[in-house]
Amino acid sequence: MKENDNVISVKGLTKRFGDFTAVDNISFDVKRGEIFGFLGANGAGKTTAMRMLCGLSYPTSGDGYVAGCDINRQADEIKRHIGYMSQKFSLYGNLSLEENLKLFATIYGMTDEEIKASSKKLFEELEMDSMRDTLVKDIPVGWKQKLAFATATIHRPEVVFLDEPTGGVDPATRRKFWELIYKAASEGMTIFVTTHYLDEAEYCNRVSIMVDGKISALASPEVLKEKYHVETMDEVFRIVAKDAIRGE
Amino acid sequence: MAIFQSLIKKEALHVVRDTRTMVITLLMPLVLLLLFGFAISTEVNNIKLLAVVERHNDATRDILERLRVNDYFTFMGLSAASEVERVLRSGEADAALFLKDDNGEIKSQIIVDASNASAAQAITGYIRGVITGATTFDPIINHTLYNPQMKSSYNFVPGIMGMIFILICAIITSVSIVREKERGTMDLLLVSPVRPVTIMLGKLVPYFMLSCIILAAMLTISYTVLGLPMSGNVFDVIAISLIYIVLSLSIGLLVSTVVDTQLTALIVSAVAFMLPVIMLSGMIFPIDNMPVILQWVSCIIPARWYTEAMRKLMIEQLDISAVMKEIVILVMMTVILLVAAVKKFNSGK
Amino acid sequence: MNPIIRLNEITKRYGGLVAVDEVSLTVDRGEMFGIIGPDGSGKSTLYKILATLLKPDKGTATVCGFDTVKDYKRLRTMIGYMPERFSLYQDLTVEENLSFFASLFGVSVKENYDLIAPIFGQLERFPSRKAGALSGGMKQKLALSCALIHRPEILLLDEPTTGVDAVSRGEFWDMLSTLKRKGITIIVSTSYMDEATRCERIAMMNKGHILDIDTPSNLVAGLGENLYNAVSDDMFGLLTQLRSMPDVIDCYTFGATLHVVGSNSFNSDKAMAKLLVSGHKDVKIYPAKGNIEDVFIKLTRDERE
Repeated sequence: MKENDNVISVKGLTKRFGDFTAVDNISFDVKRGEIFGFLGANGAGKTTAMRMLCGLSYPTSGDGYVAGCDINRQADEIKRHIGYMSQKFSLYGNLSLEENLKLFATIYGMTDEEIKASSKKLFEELEMDSMRDTLVKDIPVGWKQKLAFATATIHRPEVVFLDEPTGGVDPATRRKFWELIYKAASEGMTIFVTTHYLDEAEYCNRVSIMVDGKISALASPEVLKEKYHVETMDEVFRIVAKDAIRGE
Repeated sequence: MAIFQSLIKKEALHVVRDTRTMVITLLMPLVLLLLFGFAISTEVNNIKLLAVVERHNDATRDILERLRVNDYFTFMGLSAASEVERVLRSGEADAALFLKDDNGEIKSQIIVDASNASAAQAITGYIRGVITGATTFDPIINHTLYNPQMKSSYNFVPGIMGMIFILICAIITSVSIVREKERGTMDLLLVSPVRPVTIMLGKLVPYFMLSCIILAAMLTISYTVLGLPMSGNVFDVIAISLIYIVLSLSIGLLVSTVVDTQLTALIVSAVAFMLPVIMLSGMIFPIDNMPVILQWVSCIIPARWYTEAMRKLMIEQLDISAVMKEIVILVMMTVILLVAAVKKFNSGK
Repeated sequence: MNPIIRLNEITKRYGGLVAVDEVSLTVDRGEMFGIIGPDGSGKSTLYKILATLLKPDKGTATVCGFDTVKDYKRLRTMIGYMPERFSLYQDLTVEENLSFFASLFGVSVKENYDLIAPIFGQLERFPSRKAGALSGGMKQKLALSCALIHRPEILLLDEPTTGVDAVSRGEFWDMLSTLKRKGITIIVSTSYMDEATRCERIAMMNKGHILDIDTPSNLVAGLGENLYNAVSDDMFGLLTQLRSMPDVIDCYTFGATLHVVGSNSFNSDKAMAKLLVSGHKDVKIYPAKGNIEDVFIKLTRDERE
């Protein structure tokens, strides 16, 4: 079935707050195993759109399916099939690494045996096996991010939403993080990511750029760079978003 | 001076813009005063009283008549002795008085519903008072001084004032300073040429003025609505209150120099200062009834001394010379706290 | 040229943590100087020392010839400081914020308006909007205006572009260039490596100390690595396999490609052949030009070894 290849599929998605149209009739599909970059200027409506996709708010109009669930009717069901990670909140500092992992796994309804098996594997993969009893607040930022990604994906969601996941970390750590993302994608997980670092947009298979509530560009980074005859995604973004009137 | 003015103006804007906090700070003192003044009271009113009289004579009639006209009692009339237990049990009456003429001598017995022990005690006291007043050979002369009707609203006014100033000066001041630390604006103030002392005064003066407004409002209500007797020592009351306000501001300043988040400022001020004020200052529970250790602890609570001084001035109508001890203690506490706060603030760098 | 800022072996500790570790550097008058490093590398601590908010445990710092500890009072009128987070009064309006900060320095908005006019111009349209209700880019412009209103000689900007979108970021750097032309010395920190090229010289910081200081082009030119791009249909597989090759020193993701740091014996054709044999499709390995990020990765790697 063709629909099965699209993990996210939205048509005419719109969200209004009073007179203000935060998200204005956007449509796009995200394929299984794709790394999809969701870019936009501040106030372009990225966060609002992402909240609807995560089942946190209902659209004013339009249809959409995330991981096979209707965003208008099965908002709660969606939450079981997605993972979410944000730079702002990721983990509880006063719980140990293992306690954090267990907590989120339990929240997502995994059984004790499942948790035991997958957490052992996870800690080995992350090379954090010796640290499992350390409190999260005592580990470096880079490790926290890796662990946060691990907790967001421990229940093997079909799609994981990453909201500005790599703010303020050093380049080496950011690269380690992208390796994790590559790995997850190669295993068939779909990645939906927002970022302010436009060089990171180059890591994505496809990117969309939102301007004033609408999607102004959607293609692979190469195609976009060619289209606007520029070298970097940063320049693409400036050209596409320069006419934005919102956010001021 | 221009800098100082703009600091104060800025602070005033913060206060005015935060409507919710402002309404709470201005209304709460008044609501508390009125609440304690009228609604919450330890007096026992409307005592429903039954009388059982075995044989009437002049003395018994006199007693019944006195009970009938007394404001504290609602006289339910005469009843048969066999009825008393049922009526008390059902709550239709609070107490029953048995009177008997024993060869010209009045024998009395009081039966009271003691499910609320302190109310029962008060009721017994009242009835006894009426009976002794009626019988001719009265051995004890009861004279209640200063608060002859034992109105509890009087008693609460000093306590509430002790609490409110801690609330406004200590909590609100510390939270507003810590908020600037949290938001990073304190750094901007500190890198400007403005002296740290000026920054602090710019914080303290607006809340001092706010406290003065509240003091004026509370005194007005106390002397008018609550009917506290107005006498010559109003200025003493105000003077001591001002000392206490400065003391509370010092507490707020001290708290703000040791904590880093608004939430901890709130918790520290509330737990370390508000609770002791309510529990140990004598505002609700008399200090003399406390275990000795708690009595000692209460000595370091500024509100205890302020409340005591206010009671002496406002209720006993004493002269300022009667509260010298309290004034000295309050001033000393203020100096110690202020020095500690300024020291801590300067060493913060 | 006489440096306007001179740091001499500055060390600052918080308990057991060494936030800044024997940092020495000089900045010339009128220079645009960048401090590049991740969160926790000690940038903000260094800024607080320069802004006279913190005393260093060891070493001396002079700004405009004044010691930051002894002469802090005189320094404060010369420095414009913009802290890491948006630090204005959110409940005050645009105009109230600006005139409040002007009054702290004893100046009027009017007398220095010419300096902030190009920045504040866009904010003039809504003088009575609360600062908290402004967009990210606008907040930043207001904060910069407030830091400039007393006509400082030196601007200390701590991560001014964090969390701001690329368009606003570009505008912000353009504004800084304008200020530089007016003779203001600017020290700016960022964790966005691509912004480093907008500075004349940069100091790369990591874990409290300085990895290197030079112009961005010199740093990139001095990279001296055998650098290649690598792509294939399975990026993750490619990464693992390249890393396992003995003549590959390092391999990391780099946007659409992987960057491969090869030893002298590395041969891209041989490596490609090897990869094709093990089932990769569309394998391409070709020489790459390094940038500031490659330099940072190299310097931190050298340090570990």
